[in-house]
Amino acid sequence: MTQTLSSLGADAPDASVLNETQLLDVYRTMRSIRAFEDRVHDEFATGDIPGFVHLYAGEEASATGVCAHLDPDRDTIASTHRGHGHCIAKGVDIKPMMAEIFGKSTGSCRGKGGSMHIADLSKGMLGANGIVGGGPPLICGTALAAKIKGDGGVGVAFFGDGASNQGTTLEAMNLASVWNLPAIFVAENNGYAEATSSTWSVAADNIADRAAGFGMPGVIVDGFDFFAVYEAAGEAIKRARQGGGPTLLEVKFTRYYGHFEGDQQKYRGPNEVANIKESQDCLKRFRARVVETGRLTDAQLDQVDAQVATLIDEAVAEAKAAPVPSPEDLLTDVYVKY
Amino acid sequence: MPKWGLSMEAGKVTDWLVSVGDEIENGTELCEIDTDKIAGELESTWTGVVRALVVEVNVSVPVGGTIAVVAPADVPQDEIDAVVAEAREQLESGAIEDDSGPKVQTIEVGGHQISYAVLGEGDSEHDPVVFVHGYGGDKNSWLFVQEPISADRVTYALDLPGHGASSKGVGEGTVPSLAKVLLGFLDAVGVSRAHLVGHSMGGAVITAAAADPSGSGKVASLTLISPVGYGPDINAEYLRGFAEAESRRELKPHLLNLFADPGLVNRQLIDDLLKYKRLDGVDEALRTLVAGLVEGDKSAVDVTADAAGFGGPVVAVWGREDKIVPASNAGGLSGSATVHLVDGAGHMAHMEKPHDVIAAIREATGT
Amino acid sequence: MAIRKLSYREAINEALAQEMERDPSVIVMGEDNAGGAGAPGEDDAWGGVLGVTKGLYDKFPGRVLDTPITESAFVGAAVGAATRGLRPVAELMFIDFAGVCLDQIMNQAAKFRYMFGGKAVTPVVIRTMYGAGLRAAAQHSQAFYPVFTHLPGLKVVLPSSPYEAKGLLIQSIRDNDPVIFCEHKAMYDVTGDVPEESYTIPFGEANVVREGDDVTIVALGRMVSFAQQAAEELESSGVSAEVIDPRTVSPLDLDTILESVQNTGRLVVVDEASPRCNLATDISAQVVSEAFGDLKAPIKMVSPPHVPVPFAEPLEDLYIPSVQDIVNAAKTVTEWSK
Repeated sequence: MTQTLSSLGADAPDASVLNETQLLDVYRTMRSIRAFEDRVHDEFATGDIPGFVHLYAGEEASATGVCAHLDPDRDTIASTHRGHGHCIAKGVDIKPMMAEIFGKSTGSCRGKGGSMHIADLSKGMLGANGIVGGGPPLICGTALAAKIKGDGGVGVAFFGDGASNQGTTLEAMNLASVWNLPAIFVAENNGYAEATSSTWSVAADNIADRAAGFGMPGVIVDGFDFFAVYEAAGEAIKRARQGGGPTLLEVKFTRYYGHFEGDQQKYRGPNEVANIKESQDCLKRFRARVVETGRLTDAQLDQVDAQVATLIDEAVAEAKAAPVPSPEDLLTDVYVKY
Repeated sequence: MPKWGLSMEAGKVTDWLVSVGDEIENGTELCEIDTDKIAGELESTWTGVVRALVVEVNVSVPVGGTIAVVAPADVPQDEIDAVVAEAREQLESGAIEDDSGPKVQTIEVGGHQISYAVLGEGDSEHDPVVFVHGYGGDKNSWLFVQEPISADRVTYALDLPGHGASSKGVGEGTVPSLAKVLLGFLDAVGVSRAHLVGHSMGGAVITAAAADPSGSGKVASLTLISPVGYGPDINAEYLRGFAEAESRRELKPHLLNLFADPGLVNRQLIDDLLKYKRLDGVDEALRTLVAGLVEGDKSAVDVTADAAGFGGPVVAVWGREDKIVPASNAGGLSGSATVHLVDGAGHMAHMEKPHDVIAAIREATGT
Repeated sequence: MAIRKLSYREAINEALAQEMERDPSVIVMGEDNAGGAGAPGEDDAWGGVLGVTKGLYDKFPGRVLDTPITESAFVGAAVGAATRGLRPVAELMFIDFAGVCLDQIMNQAAKFRYMFGGKAVTPVVIRTMYGAGLRAAAQHSQAFYPVFTHLPGLKVVLPSSPYEAKGLLIQSIRDNDPVIFCEHKAMYDVTGDVPEESYTIPFGEANVVREGDDVTIVALGRMVSFAQQAAEELESSGVSAEVIDPRTVSPLDLDTILESVQNTGRLVVVDEASPRCNLATDISAQVVSEAFGDLKAPIKMVSPPHVPVPFAEPLEDLYIPSVQDIVNAAKTVTEWSK
């Protein structure tokens, strides 16, 4: 059974579920992700960032709408190669993140992991993952641990439309149902797995249609609408906390940048991204909603924008100034004790 | 083939020291025997003539198998031949069943599970003998001594807490606290009076037991083998090293200090000690004991006052080459104690020169 | 020590039971580890395909989990749960099935600590059956441990007897790194002396099983008892062989092997794993590199031929290295001259 939650019409999710502080908070998160990714895009173009980066710009509402319900100590998330947004939404510090992307010793992973492996286990963030479909089985484990501990914690596996076809994802959904785990599977369908369209690679009409095959509810969500994501995620997480088992959320949206930085994106239609940015952008829609309903002012939001911009500037400056790991670091931390 | 050690199943004669026709008596060395754990000499406890050597050297013989026949000279040869033939047939068929060894049991003493080996029959004339091993040892170390002593009385060899098959918690782990466990053990097994034999730390423990108020009247004599607590000198490095060692490489050098003949530190011995040390709780037990045994590089234990207050016979056996508790400490024994210094023995006289230890025990027990 | 005879199977079962008793964070999972999930008959119907986990299900309610046949999901779950304070012991029924869950072991478990800058602790144990001899044919008889040995971040354990199995498994469970615990399927009924008490055997410490002066024979797992038999035979030909059981191939105690080779000058390595890139090649290369001057003859490696494991009995018997093969190798190196 799949439902569709749209932000239009009488069924529109209620902005009043969040108070002013919370609204500013989630806006800050989304703006931070956007600013972070746009800046990484710029910095990457200069050649200062080693390796590959995969940017989350455009998708902010998904990570933020889901993670707004999560606690740092008892809830966990697993992410993808496109993990910066999930990291920020789960509360991983931005400055170490930036340093990690630059490969510096002050990075979240001491420069040993890079963009695709940013993690902060102390905040329940199991890491961006370089393996498509690597996250869902891990979340079966963290959800199992939460269930055994009985602390009401949940595990959220974020994965893309590409990973939705990966065997590991399907096995994990089955196992989560069989073991009745407090796990939420968030399929972030941004329309493309690398250069391949999801409408082609996913055999079903919707990824969410597969939920029934795994004995769990499936919900389709407008990924450009923070409030839609927030509401759908809230229900799924609440159900999981109460022992009701897993849910599959399919968040539909798009990514503004290429699969990786450097991707010429020739597989996309002309003006595809520009059009979406104009009409669907999640930050614009959020602002419109909260200002129109008198919850927040433009000035308040502008202030957040400015603060975030400063933070990102600082993060970049500090990351650039930070030292690279020393030669000894090559050999450390393979084992706790060998 | 004697049973040397509770786990011994078979041994080999590596050298015959007598020939057919030799007259032997109590104490004559008959042969050298090797089990994979230890090598030693089998001493005669009979008088007679060696009439037959049943087995070849370096052939594995199960415990209880006949290896030689000793009889008076006038027993007819064909009888001897028949016995030899039967013995050889038994060895061939593998039909030897031997349960002559000590019986191992467990008993609860003050919250500790104490494992012990009991051997021999009791009677009212002979108080039991109780053997108490030392630091890092166990009841098996009495393998050459328990059986001969059990010929005329009940004998008990126990594993102290933290050792052998006893529970591994040592509580305070001080000599007085272990003495209390020993006394509790005597009560638990229904022994009202016993001759105590103690090696190394066990020597201090039995002395403290004799002085403990609840030990009053329970201790008939003390036989001390390289006892701790009679003098200040002790090999603290050995005690600490034994506790800290985590591998064969780390342990072996320490063990070489135990015997006059370093060849006795064989692979099996080291292996057994490593297996013991790997048991949960052992390292902690050993560390607790060491903290009570040494202060800097001197002995922290002094039982000379306890010994002075004991009125029964005290006999000490000390290997001259003892590198753990030097024989010079014997000066701390009171004038009424008898001291035997033994050549060719180090810290482990009861394994290296069991004959001398057996004699000392007989002296203490008045046998 | 209170010693009695146990089988390899019983020793492993006892290790699990004692650790589960001592530490509530230890959980067991795998296919049919209890057996009977959802079926009308007995729970704990199998206790593992060869009965190794029998009895644990009732003794530790809620801590012995049956799984569907979904290795990537449940091995991944074990890895994820390990990052959240549990100590899972997952069973990969046959090491030959590593293919379907290799990512979770190789890219997730093995790399977390390093990629995340030393901030991850993943105390997962994967128990698995290896080896030929049961006529289980090509896909159920491999000795795949060299591949795990190759991966930095994993530890690989090969118990050669019931005593070794119990101590090494307890050590594996208490160890804070991911461990692959390789049980030889033809050894489950082998009996030996095992203490009743719990005990550990350190990793990275080889066991000199038999001392000798003429040739060093290093052997792994089931091959250790074959090497011991070979040594007995060699003894009667006047060749004194030293037999070394490394116990763990990662970490590997090379020092003990080098010490022995320094004394004997001759080395034979017996490894049941397929000959290309197996432990025999690894150990031999390291010895040549470190102790070239001590060697009086080339090193002989005793391994199966470079073929899959055959089914027909005489073929499988030919495949597995034999006592005679080891004797011959030892004689070759001791008789070798330029």
